[in-house]
Amino acid sequence: MTGLLAMFRRLEGPQTVGRGPAFWALFALVLAAALAYPLFSDGYTVGNTVYFFVWVFIALSLCLIWGYGGSLSFGQTAFFGIAGYGYGVLTINFGSAYGFTLLALVIAVAIAALFAVLLGYFMFFGRIAGVFLGIVTLAVTLMLERFMAQTAGPEWRIGAARLNGFNGMSAMPPLTIPWPGEPIVLFADIGLYYLVLGLLVLVYLALRILMNSSFGNVIVAIRENPERAEMLGYDIRKYQLITFVIGAALAGLSGVLYTVWGQYITPSSMGMTAAALPLIWVAVGGRSDLTSTVIGTLVVLAAFQALTIYGSQYALVFMGVLLVLTVLIAPNGLVLGAMNWLGRIAARFTQRAG
Amino acid sequence: MSLLELRKLNKHFGGLHVTNSVDLTLQAGEIHCLIGPNGAGKSTLFRLILGEHHPGSGDILFAGEDITALKSFARIHRGLSVKFQVPGVFRGLSVRQNLEIALQSRHRGTELEAEIGRLLHFLGLESEHTQIAGNLSHGQKQWLEIGMAVSLKPRLLLLDEPTAGMSPEETHLTGEMVQRLNADGMTVLAIEHDMAFVRQVAHRVTVLHLGQVFAQGSIDEIVADERVAAIYLGQAHA
Repeated sequence: MTGLLAMFRRLEGPQTVGRGPAFWALFALVLAAALAYPLFSDGYTVGNTVYFFVWVFIALSLCLIWGYGGSLSFGQTAFFGIAGYGYGVLTINFGSAYGFTLLALVIAVAIAALFAVLLGYFMFFGRIAGVFLGIVTLAVTLMLERFMAQTAGPEWRIGAARLNGFNGMSAMPPLTIPWPGEPIVLFADIGLYYLVLGLLVLVYLALRILMNSSFGNVIVAIRENPERAEMLGYDIRKYQLITFVIGAALAGLSGVLYTVWGQYITPSSMGMTAAALPLIWVAVGGRSDLTSTVIGTLVVLAAFQALTIYGSQYALVFMGVLLVLTVLIAPNGLVLGAMNWLGRIAARFTQRAG
Repeated sequence: MSLLELRKLNKHFGGLHVTNSVDLTLQAGEIHCLIGPNGAGKSTLFRLILGEHHPGSGDILFAGEDITALKSFARIHRGLSVKFQVPGVFRGLSVRQNLEIALQSRHRGTELEAEIGRLLHFLGLESEHTQIAGNLSHGQKQWLEIGMAVSLKPRLLLLDEPTAGMSPEETHLTGEMVQRLNADGMTVLAIEHDMAFVRQVAHRVTVLHLGQVFAQGSIDEIVADERVAAIYLGQAHA
């Protein structure tokens, strides 16, 4: 019991909004609803929900690096694409037997993380910061997009996997869990839904623990005042690099899950629009809070899709307007602003009751 | 015993010779004040000692060890600590969190809580502990940063204008705080313009002018030195 209590305490802290029994009761309620939801819905809608969930990981990666760490990375899509293509190349070559797709997921994410170690080392140990960090990361993702877009010729292949230029790679096997008798294939409906939901809850809780730990303290200290943080004895380059690599792994996870979901990946997933959209989700939600980022991303994604489906040609323009409104009305994020407002009302209510 | 020794330290910014062959020795246990007109190179000297700038030539010795090539954070680990000129607190975080970040690498759990409480009391910031640091008054921010610098239990504390913007009462209180820390064995090097403060705390004073050590001695000797008065009145070139 005390162990459970101690764990709960580590999930809460000054770096995350939402604490106490009321918050966790609500959390359990939302989770129960999410678990029960596929039973009352059709395969297509569930698959569409998976699509929304998939993007939350890259949003969380930006929340971590930008919102908490204060380093604006404009190129999280680079890791998204590297991991997506990585999964494709691996599974097209080695197939899906013996649970290899699960291993491929891990390897693809690891490749993205390794690339981040290399890129991050030169950036942070070279003391690149502020707007220049954004420029370098954006340049990297656009360069990767350009490169992949010109791989249409038959000479561009890795083993059996053709890179296919602008059309992208497709027909890689979905995630497959080995099972006695018949392996379980996670198509983009209920099966994949539960896997992605599980990963989402796991990542969300793990990040809450990380950000409320002493490591998280240093990360926000670097955001607030890097010079002061260093003069308290912290090697800030190391902390920035670790955060960047964790973020890259999360963006990579998004990329693999996206590839698995649609069984395709294209260069445009690393392009300008793709790179800019996660920034909008995170800014609108509230970049310096995990919960706000998750809620904001899901709401904005759903609204964006609704706009596109119901005929509006102006969905992207609407995104821009949304970003401008956020910056003007609630620079820390609309969802975060609303949550803080609710928190203040609740505090006043309990004060009056007490 | 000398705790800090600067040997023939030089630093150029382009054609500007901001630190010109500076020799300075700090004895363990002293309170040493660094004064001089604006542009004398005082803050640059601090940045050299802290490793934010690297000297063109010369050596920096701390407790007998050559630290000239060490990174800033490594120098902090050796026992240096600093309060900057512009209050360098974590503005968006609470007072408590500011102190926690300073203390967490040495203390954990209930011990950390006790240490934070002790420091809040020392700084007189107990009732402000949930306040966002950016909302504190200027003097309180100065104290909070001094508290963070002190919490590392440094052997040498560098203070860059610790009383800037403070009232005479606050300045005097800060002086007493520095003397208390010194009595506990902390060596202090302070850049300060407020002569009342210098008179209150300094064991020795060094005057820096045009990047060079211009004069050194007790506060009475410095005040009596006509050449020092002259550079403050802008007649040194005459």
